[in-house]
Amino acid sequence: MRLRAVLIRLAAGLGLGLGLAMAGPAAAQDAVFTYGNPRLGERLVVRSTTDAEVLGPVMQDFVTANPDISIVYEQWLTNELYETARADCARRAAGGLRPGASVLISSGAHQLVDLVNRGCAETATGARAEGLPEALHWRDELWGITREPAVMVYNRALVPPEEIPHTRFDLLDLLRRDGARYHGRVATYDIEASGLGYLFAFADSQQATTFGSLLEALGRARAVATCCSAEIIDGVAQGRWLIAYNVLGSYAQWRAAQDPRLGVIAPRDYTLVLSRAFMIPKDATAAPAAKRLLAFLLSPEGQLALRRRALIVDAADMPDSDTADASGQSQLRPIGLRLPLLLALDAQARERFIDRWRETFPPAAP
Amino acid sequence: MADEAPAPGPLPRESIAGRVARAVATLLLVGGVLVAAAALAYGRQAARDTYDQLLMGAAGDIAGAISVQEGRIAVDLPVAAFELMAFAGDDRMAYRVVGPDGATATGMEETPLPPERPRGAGALGPQFWDGDFAGEPARYVAVSRPFAERELSGTVRVIVGQTLHARQALAHDISRRAMVVLAAFGAMMVAMSVLVVRKAVRPMERASAALAARDPYDLTPIPLPAAREPAVMVAAVNALMARLDRQMQEMRDLISDSAHQLRTPVAVLRAQADLAAGERDEARRAAIVARIHDRAVGLGRLLDQMLSRAMVIHRSGAARRVAVDLREIALEVFDEVEADQLPGRPGPGLVLGEVPVTVLADRLSLAEALRNLTNNALAHGQAPVRIGTGIAETATGAEAEIWVEDAGPGPAPEVLAARRRRFAAAGNGRGAGLGLSIAEAVAAAFDGRLDARRPAQGGFRMVLVLPLLAAGLPGTEDDDAA
Repeated sequence: MRLRAVLIRLAAGLGLGLGLAMAGPAAAQDAVFTYGNPRLGERLVVRSTTDAEVLGPVMQDFVTANPDISIVYEQWLTNELYETARADCARRAAGGLRPGASVLISSGAHQLVDLVNRGCAETATGARAEGLPEALHWRDELWGITREPAVMVYNRALVPPEEIPHTRFDLLDLLRRDGARYHGRVATYDIEASGLGYLFAFADSQQATTFGSLLEALGRARAVATCCSAEIIDGVAQGRWLIAYNVLGSYAQWRAAQDPRLGVIAPRDYTLVLSRAFMIPKDATAAPAAKRLLAFLLSPEGQLALRRRALIVDAADMPDSDTADASGQSQLRPIGLRLPLLLALDAQARERFIDRWRETFPPAAP
Repeated sequence: MADEAPAPGPLPRESIAGRVARAVATLLLVGGVLVAAAALAYGRQAARDTYDQLLMGAAGDIAGAISVQEGRIAVDLPVAAFELMAFAGDDRMAYRVVGPDGATATGMEETPLPPERPRGAGALGPQFWDGDFAGEPARYVAVSRPFAERELSGTVRVIVGQTLHARQALAHDISRRAMVVLAAFGAMMVAMSVLVVRKAVRPMERASAALAARDPYDLTPIPLPAAREPAVMVAAVNALMARLDRQMQEMRDLISDSAHQLRTPVAVLRAQADLAAGERDEARRAAIVARIHDRAVGLGRLLDQMLSRAMVIHRSGAARRVAVDLREIALEVFDEVEADQLPGRPGPGLVLGEVPVTVLADRLSLAEALRNLTNNALAHGQAPVRIGTGIAETATGAEAEIWVEDAGPGPAPEVLAARRRRFAAAGNGRGAGLGLSIAEAVAAAFDGRLDARRPAQGGFRMVLVLPLLAAGLPGTEDDDAA
């Protein structure tokens, strides 16, 4: 591999990261990597919420195949990425500057749906969306390039096999029965800090009535809400937490493959499947190159590269892969890139949802 | 007669079928354009109505989810509203809930407020309008929900909008389907009109094919086509050909009659002239010359009569019929005969009524017939000879009569009976029979008849009976003297 990833610390001047930088270790993700030779041809600024560790090799594959394009890969937090893109879009509409990014890739699918709905996206007609489920592309402006299940991660050493929860009901029962042992040792995303966590929780609340009782059980077990896949998975691996709920499967599987302490489970009652959304901001610089990147990601070659990084996981590849019910119906619930996701962003709905969440997870003391 | 048919010139390239086809095509085209425009308008309207319902449904859902909590407008947005909007696949949506104070309770701040309603319009009904949403045309609806709570009183407005892709797609789809049906229908109409036009002009084609295939010398009638229009044409052609045929036949008759009737007297004349040339005895030669003279006079009269008969027959076929007062004919012939009469011989008398005796006929033919009858009477009958006209009432209606009578017993029955034959005069050589034949021909030509009567007071009367023309028809002046 001629991977020549250059890590550049973002200057404090970027500012946007600052607020969160103070909130915790999240600032470490505000990083920039470069793929390809930036002095040759077009420079593509990709703002992504995915760790460069995961998506970087795919970017490298792209620049290797397209040496006239180099990629500046910026790693962002979902909420910041959204706010920045929205501000860029408003500035552009007011006749100002072009947006800073050529490509946005975010796990906060609802946020990109909102950006597209606000008319902030460039249309890329003719992008081949074959093989892409209908719900995973919208308006020729938004594409779901990955398929990643929301899974539960557990510590193999500390959770005995008979206690491994295969469904949400198992988890509920486990927390009720062994409240003491799991007290303070179940983790999930902090939905205020992580757009992805919010999206998963929100989708959960829409999917099933179990959400209420699950929230209640998590609350009683003093579950911990924290930020970021890496931190959660590290915590489970180190035994700080026993079980993590609603963790992004791709990252978990990738880590579990390297770390025998980690076990991964796709809940059998239903498994949410997230697609990282790909969008080209309207009037973006290097839009043609961005369209080529999209075409690459949607091509069999790109799909294979994503699959290799566990960014595309089909029912057959699911960990603990019994995700079909008795009727053979798949229990995968893809989060469609469609208007209903806007509900997740509605100010009042969000406020109400977070209030409800906060009752269970009081703000963590720093 | 020419050996080949007269050159018809180049046939016109345009056919009736072509004209009808063009007319039908124009009709279909104009109709198609009109119906297509209607289909487009209909498609647009239907799509608009459909998606307005959708907008309305979403806005209603949201309005239903509004409550007032602690003086605040709380909107528990139903996901169903968004799912409704998601039916319009590629369309973006805007929504906003605005409180009585104009502040946005939730939704997108940039969503426009509805335009001012015209005065008098209902204040609470949904209001639709066209606007713009982030650079794209969009359609909005505003639904009002009044609140009268302790903490909050006034109207909360829900505004929902969406871009127009789905509407346009549906409109196109509806229009396209309508067009497909229309095109199929049009094609069917074209096919049907081809069949119909073909069927309609088939009698024409058959008639023209029959005409085209016809030998120019063939004057037999063409069978009439089934349809009226070509039948009229073919009937006219048939009438023309029938007249032509009759006239040709008459011509042939005349020639053969003339040959037949003239050959004998001319041969006799020649024989007698030969005889006279060989005769030495003066007295006998004089007698022969006198006979030759007699014969020549007879021959002259025969010729006269043959020509007048030919004329009569020709005119009966060719001359136009006009209203003729028979009294004028009687007077004319009377004057003429009287003037010709040798002095010392008694002339004819004239009997005319007060009333015009009008018939539809040819003046010259009538005069010729009367002249012949009069000459017959003068030559063969006994004085006094009288010419007259009259009107006879019969069971079927009034008949016009013009007649010649004399005091004699009339000709022998075989002479009378022979008048309908062409060679009537052959036997006697003096032309009496031919005169009757002329009168007979005239009577036949004008739908009348020639009667021979023997009145009670004695004598013999030949009567030419013709249908009386009802009074009040065009004047009697003959304008067709040709």
